[in-house]
Amino acid sequence: MDFTVNHQALAYLVSAILFIFGLKGLTHPSTARRGNFYAMLGMLIAIVATLLGRDVQSYGFIVAGIAGGAVIGVIVALRIQMTAMPQLVAALHSFVGLAAVLVGIGTFLHKQDAGLLNAVLMGEISAGVVIGAITFTGSIIAFGKLQGLLSGAPVKFRGQHLLNALLALATIGLAVHFAMTGSLLSLLLMTLLAFTLGVTLIIPIGGADMPVIISMLNSYSGWAAAATGFTLHNDLLIIVGALVGCSGAILSFIMCKAMNRSILNVIFGGFGSSSGAGDSAGAQAAEKGVKSAAVEDAVYWMEDAGKVIIVPGYGMAVAQAQHSLKELMELLEARGVEVKFAIHPVAGRMPGHMNVLLAEADIPYDRVLEMDEINPEFPSTDVVLVVGANDVVNPAAKEDKTSPIYGMPILDAGRARQVYFLKRSMRPGYSGVDNLLFYQDNTSLIFGDAKETIDGMNSALKGGGH
Amino acid sequence: MPEALDPSIVALYVFVLACFIGYWVVWGVTPSLHTPLVALTNAISGIVLIGALLVAGDPESGILIQFIGFIAVLLASINVFGGFLVTHRMLSMFKKKK
Repeated sequence: MDFTVNHQALAYLVSAILFIFGLKGLTHPSTARRGNFYAMLGMLIAIVATLLGRDVQSYGFIVAGIAGGAVIGVIVALRIQMTAMPQLVAALHSFVGLAAVLVGIGTFLHKQDAGLLNAVLMGEISAGVVIGAITFTGSIIAFGKLQGLLSGAPVKFRGQHLLNALLALATIGLAVHFAMTGSLLSLLLMTLLAFTLGVTLIIPIGGADMPVIISMLNSYSGWAAAATGFTLHNDLLIIVGALVGCSGAILSFIMCKAMNRSILNVIFGGFGSSSGAGDSAGAQAAEKGVKSAAVEDAVYWMEDAGKVIIVPGYGMAVAQAQHSLKELMELLEARGVEVKFAIHPVAGRMPGHMNVLLAEADIPYDRVLEMDEINPEFPSTDVVLVVGANDVVNPAAKEDKTSPIYGMPILDAGRARQVYFLKRSMRPGYSGVDNLLFYQDNTSLIFGDAKETIDGMNSALKGGGH
Repeated sequence: MPEALDPSIVALYVFVLACFIGYWVVWGVTPSLHTPLVALTNAISGIVLIGALLVAGDPESGILIQFIGFIAVLLASINVFGGFLVTHRMLSMFKKKK
């Protein structure tokens, strides 16, 4: 039987349905793995249906490309550390972007040879190439910042917005020229400008805004795929691109809402911290009137507590403290203490970052609660342990109308009977805002590396306590 | 003969309706799985592989076009394989209390 275009379209439909069920699986951790398998099956069907179609006649390059990609992809996926997930995702986004650029340019050359060009098609090619190019270089910059190759601080310069506006206008102008004339030169220049725009759009954005950036680039990679679908008149690419584009857009929205900022404020404004760490942490602390405590103090309060809530932040990821926290949880539970984890939506460097790290440490997901679920529990909590988080528990967001973070939803850690901050120094959080919680009577700071501090607590608990 | 509908309009229909599906499905995703969601959507956006196959698979086109297609196939495949596998790795870690 001949595999016709109609057969192919039906196979694509099955594949699209599998992708939708795949995403739907992520509604709950118990169905998520099945969802991932549905999506894999959808991809397999899509690839086979394309290879069987009439448009694909030579297989040498294809087999080589898929085999090479499979080897690289599998090695990277097996080796990557969970703390490096944001970098990996950024790198993978950049590949989708570059692939979309190449497919766009390749399709143009291909159709040019076949004499099948028209203005609509070239307009669609421009859209795919521009979005893909911005995704590519933007993701590379994000990767550089996350990996520490570039400074995580916002890079700002005079005339930045003007430059971006001019670049965007010039890109659009070239796209229009290309669509009207089919000039290869315009296409390539447009691509170059879009590459530049990807850099200048992402470079001003600081490290702690990364959850928004990752989500945004995730969204772009979807729109790039959808635009490629329009170019190729391929409905499957359009559907999948739309799904991914929406997903990234929703995540960006959720992240922005969790910081009480608009997406425009993240992209164009943003606040930067430029605080120097000068004096020793302890001296600065005393000067400002905060209490510092020893590990034993916290252990003393925790071992007889009814309930302990742990608030992890990016500092936990940096210190790789999640496994020590798991041990702490078990030691406390063995003494009858109820232990829970409270996650702020923007904790970490990508959406859901903390959840994955806690899952990696084998902490059951039913102990890990989202902000809205856990906030009512803080007043009945004996001890809150804040591990490498700062702004997300700062009461200034509620009380100080002049504060830059005013209006941001926070974890109500300060309502607990005792709050212990595990901190490396007195440096304020990313926002550069002083944390009012430090000066509360029930708050103490424990200075040092988070992992070492928690390991100290664990050995004190194992030693039998007081 | 009836007037033919421009295929780009049909494509627009598909796109807009798919956006609605995406909107509803993704709002249902639990926040604790947002990192796997990013990884999974990343893997499935490797669907540009389909476009890359079409560029690389026409023996009539010149070597340059086929080579461009090859690079695109390679990049998209890294996404597909790496993305699904790393999603699987992450999801395997999410366990309930035994």
